[in-house]
Formats: sequence, structure tokens, C-alpha cells
Amino acid sequence: MKRLRIDSTVIVLAILLLAIVVGAILVATQGRSFFSPGNIRDILTGMSVLGLVAIGQTLVVLGASLDLSVTYVMSLASLIGATTMAGNPANIPWAVTLTLLVCAGIGLANGLIVTVLKVNGFIATLGVGLILQGVLNTSFQGSAGSVPWDFQLLGATGIGPVPVSTIIMIALAVLVWFLLDRTRTGAHLFAVGGDPEVARLSGVRTRPPLIAAHVLCSVFAGLAGLLLASRLGVGSPTVGQQGGYALLSIAAVVLGGTLLLGGRGSVWGTIGGVAIFAVVDNVMSVMQVNPFLKDVVRGVVIVAAVAVYSRRAIVRRRTRFGPGGTRTGGDAAALAAAPAMAAASAALTAETDRGEGDGR
Amino acid sequence: MNVVRTLISPRGAVFLLLVVLLVAITILNPGFAEPGQLMRYIQRVAPVAIVAIGQYFVIIAGEFDLSQGSLITAQVIIAGNLVGQDDARTVPVLLLMVVFGALVGLVNGLLTTLLKVPSFIVTLGMMLALLGGVMWWTGGAATGNPADSFRQIGRGGIRDLPLIDFLPWSVLILAGWLALGIWVTRRPFGKVLIALGDNPRAARYAGARSWWVTTRAFIISAVSATLSGVLLVGYAGVHPSVGRGYEFIAITAVVLGGVVLGGGRGWIVAAVAGAFVLEALFLLLNIAGIPSSLRDAVQGVIIIAAVAYSGVVFRARRKSAPATASPAPGDEPDAPPGAEGRTSASPALAAEGVTETRGD
Repeated sequence: MKRLRIDSTVIVLAILLLAIVVGAILVATQGRSFFSPGNIRDILTGMSVLGLVAIGQTLVVLGASLDLSVTYVMSLASLIGATTMAGNPANIPWAVTLTLLVCAGIGLANGLIVTVLKVNGFIATLGVGLILQGVLNTSFQGSAGSVPWDFQLLGATGIGPVPVSTIIMIALAVLVWFLLDRTRTGAHLFAVGGDPEVARLSGVRTRPPLIAAHVLCSVFAGLAGLLLASRLGVGSPTVGQQGGYALLSIAAVVLGGTLLLGGRGSVWGTIGGVAIFAVVDNVMSVMQVNPFLKDVVRGVVIVAAVAVYSRRAIVRRRTRFGPGGTRTGGDAAALAAAPAMAAASAALTAETDRGEGDGR
Repeated sequence: MNVVRTLISPRGAVFLLLVVLLVAITILNPGFAEPGQLMRYIQRVAPVAIVAIGQYFVIIAGEFDLSQGSLITAQVIIAGNLVGQDDARTVPVLLLMVVFGALVGLVNGLLTTLLKVPSFIVTLGMMLALLGGVMWWTGGAATGNPADSFRQIGRGGIRDLPLIDFLPWSVLILAGWLALGIWVTRRPFGKVLIALGDNPRAARYAGARSWWVTTRAFIISAVSATLSGVLLVGYAGVHPSVGRGYEFIAITAVVLGGVVLGGGRGWIVAAVAGAFVLEALFLLLNIAGIPSSLRDAVQGVIIIAAVAYSGVVFRARRKSAPATASPAPGDEPDAPPGAEGRTSASPALAAEGVTETRGD
């Protein structure tokens, strides 16, 4: 452990640093300061919603699934939250509880469809997303409800340049990090995401971790929806879809070094990925880039940033078990064992031949 | 009896579903069974089915192509802006569009294979960049009305035929493209593609040039999207949201056709049947008078149910299959030398074995 291992989280942070440096120079050419409190607050505010969604998405992607329904969950959460509060501060706790319960229910449905019915996560959550879209269309026409001022403060205030919403997001990231690194469910999630069959043969029950990941992902999307509602002051049936959060959150997760195939990754990489997006967006806003051109830049940044470390061997990435990673260990052990196994098989063949010869 | 067994098997489930849907439509609307109406139906399916054919090649290789919808929109806007009211430009612009499409596919493929960026991320970036780039170029307004000769490809056809009265060009194009697709899947290229999707490492060891094979799959996908865009110009006109969501519809259609996300399994005809099922579903929901707001929800339920059904049946069949199919490990040396020689003779032959056991 003397040698500094370059794992993907470090690379993500390096890319983030590069983005900040380039961004600061570009912003300086406009005669503005990148590091002014106002600008930092803008970036952190931009991070918090996508950050919440991406933390949840990280859990699901680690389990080798996907969640494309988060956008609709967010819209639904903003509507349920806003209509239940109905402008009355006394309703806030009840509204938040109800919203998160509904979201957990959706996540449970996702998880059960993926694990019990064995529908691919892509299709399952796409289908659930369509169902939620139908519910949104039939139950709500346009914006509804109203969020009391006390709850709006959540999205508006901050400690110094750091908004409350970002503090909540970081706190939840710590919680998820604890879940992944220090609890049995987390370890099982890594195992199931890496190889469900091997996990099953090792005595891990493969369904509960993945179901838990889906439930948490939907709850995090619900929190993001509530945050959006607190910013807008109302609930909106299209707020999630407009942001394109499903694909962006998956992009942020992969940008953060989590394998799309599951089993490897970390929450901090995801936060780094979200921060890269937020910095790039912020710089483009300050530079007043054409909104259509922004999408082009975003697309190029996503591919380029992932390309930086995708060429590296997968074994370099952070794994759950031990510093070397199970993969290298396994390969090395197999290589070392190869001569012995060849000798053993030769001996076995010889013995069989002799046995057959004796029989005749 | 054999036909019934095929129909309830996962391979045939999509055809069974298609028959059920078509019968239901015919019961609700007897006019649907007339040849002219059926032709109109196939004409409407053609763009979706062609995109699904392209997506099939990418998915069977274990990749995703999320850029199809954006590419369709981009091509439609290119056609709208470049053709104008000049009939003479139809052919050059058509060629330009095909070249542009192939180029997009080439970039997708090379980024995926040479830079080792997950195709989900590459095509997501391409999706953002393409749409943003084209909108930036046109200033966000998708204007322009291509010359009639261009639009005839999508809306015109051979008139005054006996029996069916009207044979749209798009139906012929779909038939031709499908025939070409079937032919390609039977060529060594198609076999290697399936082998790559099933087990990339094994295919590489067997001598497959994986980067070029996968890249060609992306080119096929992009050219398919181009073709679909050409049809949509005539059918739906020039509009910035023409291609929106097509990539998800195509993936859904392919998965409904029993093609496994992750690659290695599936039949191209079933993928096209999946597209027909989706369009029949939309039509049925329309005729049955289900409020448009609920259509998404019904669609979501049916997609999940169909995929879950084929998954459950597939697993049940695998469990009940006799275990003697694979020889016990100890028997392997006793197998006739010819059998081993055959399976490892060439990658194409090995791949053929794969398709035969899984497919026909």
C-alpha cells in the first residue's frame, strides 16, 4: 500500500480539477470570478438535484440493473408533496413521509419485477416509467398544489455559499457510502452486481440487496422531486422529464467510474461525475453559450471523460474485496495453478489408461 | 401440436401476441382486415420496424444504440433544409444522408470498440451532440418542406394494383431491408456478431476481429435510422420531435421479440415482429377508445408482462430440459475426435452451432 494506487475515483477528481481550472480561466476571460460565493452557490445548487438522483442510481447500477423511471418518480413526488402540503406548514412532515412511502412502493415494484419476474432492469423500469407517465397524465393537468414558505426555504437558503440542499445531498452520500462499505447489504450488493450466479453459489440471497437498491433509488428520486418542488413552489407533472435526469444520472454514475455491468464503483466517484457536469454547465451559462450548443458540449464531455479511463484495464478499478481486486488475484492464482493442474490431469489420464490396460 | 408449442415458447410468444392483437383489432374494427387497411398498417410500422432491425444488430452484439432517435431527427431536419423545392437535389441529398448516417455509426462504433467507452455512454453522448448540433445549425427552427419527389418515398407507392389496390414504397423498403438483414445474419458476419454478444472473450480467442465487426453493427444501425428518417419525412413531415423516443421504442420492440439485452440470443424476424406488436398495441388502444392519457400506462404494463412471460417460460423450459444435453466432464476425453475438431474448426462454424441450438 506504499504505492499510490490510481483508481477511478482519483481520475474522476483529476478530471474535475481540470474542468475547474479550464472553467476558471474561461470565466476569467469574461471578466467574472469563478470562485465568487455566488458562482459557487450556483454550482452547488446545480449539483444537488442530479446528485440525489445519481446517488440512488449508483446503488442500482452497482447491482447490475438500471433505473429509467426516476424522472417520472421525481415528477410524481413533486406533485404528491406539493398537493399534500397545500400551503400549510403543519403538513410538511406528513407530506414528506407520504411522498417517500409512495416512492419506496414504486421502487419495491421495480425491484420485484427485476428480481422475481427476471425482466431486464432497462425494460422493467422503462415500463414502470410509462405506467407512471399514464398516472401523471390522468391524475394531474398541469402544475398543482402549493409548497409553504418554510419548505421553500430548504431550496433557497444556505450556510455561507453552501446551500442546505447540497448539505443534505452530501450527508446522504455519506450514509450510502456507509451502507456500501460497512454493512452486509452493501457487500452483498457488490457481490450480486459482480456475478449473481457466483453470489448465489456463495450463499448470498441475491434478491434482497437488489430490491433494497431499487427501493433506495426511488426514494432518492423522490427526495430530488421534493427538492424541485421546494424550488418551484408547486408540483409539476413534467419537471423530471424536462431535466432528462434518468440518462444524465446514469451518465454521471458511469463518469464516476462505476461499471455499467455492476459490481464495481463508488458513491464518491458519482459525486465527482455530478460535479463535473455542474461545473461544465455553469461555465457554459456564464459564457452564454447557445443552449443547443450546450447539448453538444455535454455529449462530448460525457464521452471524452469516460474515455479517459475506460482504456485502462478494468482490474485497476476499485473493488469491494481487498486492494488488489478479486480479478487480478483470481487470474494470478489461475496462472500459478495452471502447471500443477496440467500435471495432475496428465497423471490422471495416465492412471486411467493403466487402469483400462489392467482390466483387459 | 408442434406449431402450438412454438407459439407458446419464448421464441414464438411475440408472434402469438401479434396474432392476438390483430384479431382483437379486427373484432373491434372489421374494416382492418381488408388488404388496403393492412397495407396502411404495415406502412405505419415500417419506420419503427426498420429502426428495430438496426437496433437488433447492435443489441445482438451486446451493445446499445441510444442515438437512433436523435439521428432520425437530424436526418429529417437535414432533408428539410437541403432538399428544398428542387427535385434535382433529391438523389444527392439522399446520398449525403446515407453517408452522414454511416459516419455517425462509424464514430459510435470506433469510440465503443477502440476507446472502450461503454456503448450506452457513447450513444448517449451522440444523442445529445447530434440533436444539439443540428438544432444549433438550423437555429432551433425545423423549417423546410422537401420536394414532393423526396416525400413520395415515405408516402407514395404503386397504385391501382389488383386485390391490395395500393402498395406503399415503405412496405417494399421494409421487406427489402428485412431480407437484407436476414441474409446478413446468415453470413459469417452475422454469426460472429452473435458469438461476440454471447461471449466476447471466446469470440476473440476464436479469431474474430471484434472491433470491426461491432463497428459494422453500429453502421448498420445508423443507416437503418437514416432510412427510417427518409420514410418519416414523407409520412410525418419535418418537425424537431419526429424521432423523439425512437431508440426506446426500437429497444422495446427488439426485446419484445425475445432478443436478450446483453447480446448473443435472438432472431431478427422476431425483432421485427416486436415492432409490429408495438404498433398494433398503439392501434388497439386507439380503437378501443382508451383515453390517450392512460395509453402510456397500458403500454407499460403490457411490455413488462410480455417480457416477464417469455422470461418465465424460457426458464421453465430450461429447467425441464434433460440434463444429458451436455456430457459429464469425465466423458469428454472419450468423445470422438471429430466432434471436437468440428466445433473448434473456425469461428464462423462455431458461431453457427450457437445459433442453431439457440435459434432455429
